[in-house]
Amino acid sequence: MAINKVVANVEEATKDIKDGMTLMVGGFGLCGIPENSIAQLVKMGIKNLTCISNNAGVDDFGLGLLLKQKQIKKMISSYVGENDEFERQMLSGELEVDLIPQGSLAERCRAGGAGIPAFFTPAGYGTEIAAGKEVRVFNGKPHILESALEADFAIVKAWKGDTAGNLVYKYTALNFNHVMATAGKITIAEVEELVPVGTLDPRHIHTPGIFVQRIFQGKNYEKRIEQRTVRKRS
Amino acid sequence: MLDKTGIAKRIAQELRDGWYVNLGIGIPTLVANYVDKNITVEFQSENGILGMGPFPYEGEEDADLINAGKQTVTLLPGASIFDSSMSFSMIRGQHVQLTVLGAMEVSQNGDIANWKIPGKMVKGMGGAMDLVASAKNIIVAMMHTNKAGESKLLPECTLPLTGVACVTKVVTELAVMEIKDGAFHLLERAPGVTVEQIKNATAGKLVISGEVPEMKLD
Repeated sequence: MAINKVVANVEEATKDIKDGMTLMVGGFGLCGIPENSIAQLVKMGIKNLTCISNNAGVDDFGLGLLLKQKQIKKMISSYVGENDEFERQMLSGELEVDLIPQGSLAERCRAGGAGIPAFFTPAGYGTEIAAGKEVRVFNGKPHILESALEADFAIVKAWKGDTAGNLVYKYTALNFNHVMATAGKITIAEVEELVPVGTLDPRHIHTPGIFVQRIFQGKNYEKRIEQRTVRKRS
Repeated sequence: MLDKTGIAKRIAQELRDGWYVNLGIGIPTLVANYVDKNITVEFQSENGILGMGPFPYEGEEDADLINAGKQTVTLLPGASIFDSSMSFSMIRGQHVQLTVLGAMEVSQNGDIANWKIPGKMVKGMGGAMDLVASAKNIIVAMMHTNKAGESKLLPECTLPLTGVACVTKVVTELAVMEIKDGAFHLLERAPGVTVEQIKNATAGKLVISGEVPEMKLD
């Protein structure tokens, strides 16, 4: 029998997230964000969070909801251009921000989950993000040393998940969700559809259940589209 | 002089059959509309798509299928979806043949600045630092001067850098330039633009050798 990772609801899944903790939050823009868990963190009112997430949501959705309540002390992201409140808090110094290249962010999460403490990458060499980092030349090209990221909790959102914590994502909602799921001390997965173990095809699992400690059936997904772009039928 | 569409059309001429191409946000995104019908290229979007297609028809958009600019898109036959770390394995591992992106400043040795104006605008670098650090072929699509009329092609960048000595070509509304040996080498003029105009709009070292042909656009 597979190990059962199911918890009753979002309250149960997030009950021991506390002030000052470091959270990884999956998603790219508003695509694939754990909507239920973010709403619960707002409700719980926990503060001084460090959030590792590629983006910071928009003013009234996603992590923007936590920013608005001043619950985030520090953001570690690659791009935050969609959120005016974020930019205001950062420029005024209220919010501590560590901007890092998107590929380095992904690889730092991957490394955290894979037991690799650090790695060299060419990204950012010669820029201000290389300040204070060890530089080493490989094959004639300078690289900078980047360290692994880990989090007290990684919170991800999947399309389908089974009771053993195996996850499948829909299209580009895969994004950062998979690497972050591997790097949480405790990984919480909220899913659109929680299915019985044995239902998902083992050949199509994106995130094996070993990385997931808690899984719950999410509800009321808004799945807001940030930039609705369409073409006319000719 | 070219408009944004013209810049995109000219850059589309740089694409070669069989290439994987990453297009940045803004003018670079438009390049996808002008690919020569006789060649096949696949577009990579760093949030996790290879084989990205056009925008969906109205009513067919899916919140779970977006590009790096957060726009709803579609997939072409043969497309694949992958996670962010694999996406950057493709980029860092030099499996993508061409990167096209916008810039605020480019210097004559190929440095690029496009992510931050200290104290004013900080949006973040997104995937740009990874892309420019690894791609062999980097084309910048931008206007020749900023809103104040100052040249964006400089001896040295004044804004925080995104990458060093990496840009291979710049296409603006005025010209196509190749960057090598610490200078902008003028390859082509935009229709109706004189060499003199390009000289005046370029603060960095500009090398002009012989007659400079006019761009051919259809």
